[in-house]
Amino acid sequence: MVKALAGARRSRFAPVLLMLLALLAVGGVYAIAAPTPAAADTSSPDQIAEGQKLFQANCASCHGMSAEGRDGIAPSLIGVGSAAVHFQVSTGRMPMAASAPQAPAKPPQFTAAQTKALAAWVATLGPGPSSPTAEQVDASLGDAANGMLVFRTNCAMCHNAIGAGGALSQGKFAPSLFHTTPQQIYEAMLTGPQSMPVFNDANITPEAKRDVIAFLMEQRADNASPGGANLGAIGPVSEGMWVWIVGMGALIAAAVWIGAKSS
Amino acid sequence: MSSTTGKDLTTGEHGTAGSLVNDPLAVGESAEAFENPGLPEHRHRLSDASPAGAKKVERQVALIFGLSMLASIVGVWGYFAFPMDATLGNVRYSTLSIGLGLGLGMLGIGVAAIHWAKALMSDVEQVDERHAQRSDDQTRTDAVQLLKDGAQDSQIGRRPLLKGALVGAVALAPLAFVVPLVGNLGGTWNVNAMRHTMWRQGTRLARDPDGALIRPEQVTIGSVWHVIPDGLNESEHMLEEKAKAIVLLVRLDPSELKVQPGREDWSWQGIVAYSKVCTHVGCPVALYEQQTHHLLCPCHQSTFDITDGAKVVFGPAKRALPQLPITVDDEGYLVAQSDFHEAVGPSTWERQRPIRGEDY
Ligand code: FES
Repeated sequence: MVKALAGARRSRFAPVLLMLLALLAVGGVYAIAAPTPAAADTSSPDQIAEGQKLFQANCASCHGMSAEGRDGIAPSLIGVGSAAVHFQVSTGRMPMAASAPQAPAKPPQFTAAQTKALAAWVATLGPGPSSPTAEQVDASLGDAANGMLVFRTNCAMCHNAIGAGGALSQGKFAPSLFHTTPQQIYEAMLTGPQSMPVFNDANITPEAKRDVIAFLMEQRADNASPGGANLGAIGPVSEGMWVWIVGMGALIAAAVWIGAKSS
Repeated sequence: MSSTTGKDLTTGEHGTAGSLVNDPLAVGESAEAFENPGLPEHRHRLSDASPAGAKKVERQVALIFGLSMLASIVGVWGYFAFPMDATLGNVRYSTLSIGLGLGLGMLGIGVAAIHWAKALMSDVEQVDERHAQRSDDQTRTDAVQLLKDGAQDSQIGRRPLLKGALVGAVALAPLAFVVPLVGNLGGTWNVNAMRHTMWRQGTRLARDPDGALIRPEQVTIGSVWHVIPDGLNESEHMLEEKAKAIVLLVRLDPSELKVQPGREDWSWQGIVAYSKVCTHVGCPVALYEQQTHHLLCPCHQSTFDITDGAKVVFGPAKRALPQLPITVDDEGYLVAQSDFHEAVGPSTWERQRPIRGEDY
């Protein structure tokens, strides 16, 4: 028996077998350890086929027939994952209407089902971040206080302390987050669209992402501004206008009235 | 001052002042060019014309006073109606009603008083000629004499000890106020404090704010990490240390990264770390544009190019952001190789001075 084993070890096939075993082990460990992509909506072959048709009719002129991208015009979409597609298409950023410093959000061109189909097809091109599950973006499960800490460190410098948005360079800007859906917020962090950096799951964990969403949803609550009108929450510009035009105007009017003769 | 010079000066002043009083418009040659138009003709108000008009004004004033009273009552009512408890809505209504009550209450008094004065009180113009500012010679000599007598009486000229003691006491008294005031300005006068941060050889890079350690494979291309030194959250002067030690970590495609001469081993496989304290006046530079690799300062729009040694490409900052040399330790965590090699933060003249006992 021992002899037989020893003989087998010297066999010509032993290295190949070992190699296969090792690969299996690595694959198995990876399957267990790797972050499992949200298995939220499994896409059917029909959906994928529809997505491909939609893509070739609406997106291929810039991104290429098989989404390989065109130099200087549009990036390759191989491996961007369904999250990026859902974000770009559901916010109306894609398809882009005109070339501009950055693609602005506009009314989406595709229905929710069409968007899903597009995302499903692009996801088949290569592995990439996929859209979050409903539970991952449920603000009621998040901790808004922790979300504020994370938001303040990573997001507030561009998106403003409560997500009202702000300017970047050369016509680019960080948009307001007041009308972005929780799923879109999650996808933006995960994929880093346009000028925005990526915040992968090691940097902002899925739980922390949900906390950020909870914090942003708090800002939309009816009593989010107990101090009264927040004037767009964009800081000194609108507040300064209010003080200089309305406040100073009232003072000048009062001074004129005091100095005028009674009739 | 001798009495003769005093007299000379005042005679000159007296001449000018006198002519001003007699004819306000007589300034040099323009006296003939313009004629004093005098006061405009008095126009009577509606309230002067008839008792009914006056009565109307009276009612208006009373009404405004009444509104003021009402507002004050609303303010007091608001205090009781909205107890300041934990609910945000109550805090809001409480401050709103008290503020409006107080504001309108006082504004009403002011408006009513002014309306009263303008519409009811006499509006006939009255002229009060201004008298000469200079007092007459007799008063002036008397005043000087009084001062002299006082000085004589205090014997200050004959007793230098008292003079010295008085000056000393007056000079010392404000120190008890000034020294703590100045002393509290900074707490420390050691400008070298800006030269060193918490980073040491082997200090691990940790995630801001929770302090999780960072492995290089987690820092993917396109992502940006806001970093603090490991152990910062437990350190004694957490905020002071954090203000100096904050770092931004990004991984760049090695083909995009222009390695700076002398810093070949300061990055780790395309991962670079730069101080987040703006070299202009020290705001946290944290607006990172992923596609251009530009890092913007929110305060005055200085822009730093992360691919090229964080050099300034726009704005008022005058030098690149200091780079933190990093590597990976035995356990696979990102660590600092040393402290920054230059002072972080604003470019003050102090940082030009060589650092004593330098040891990185
Ligand atoms: S502080 Fe950064 S530009 Fe002025």
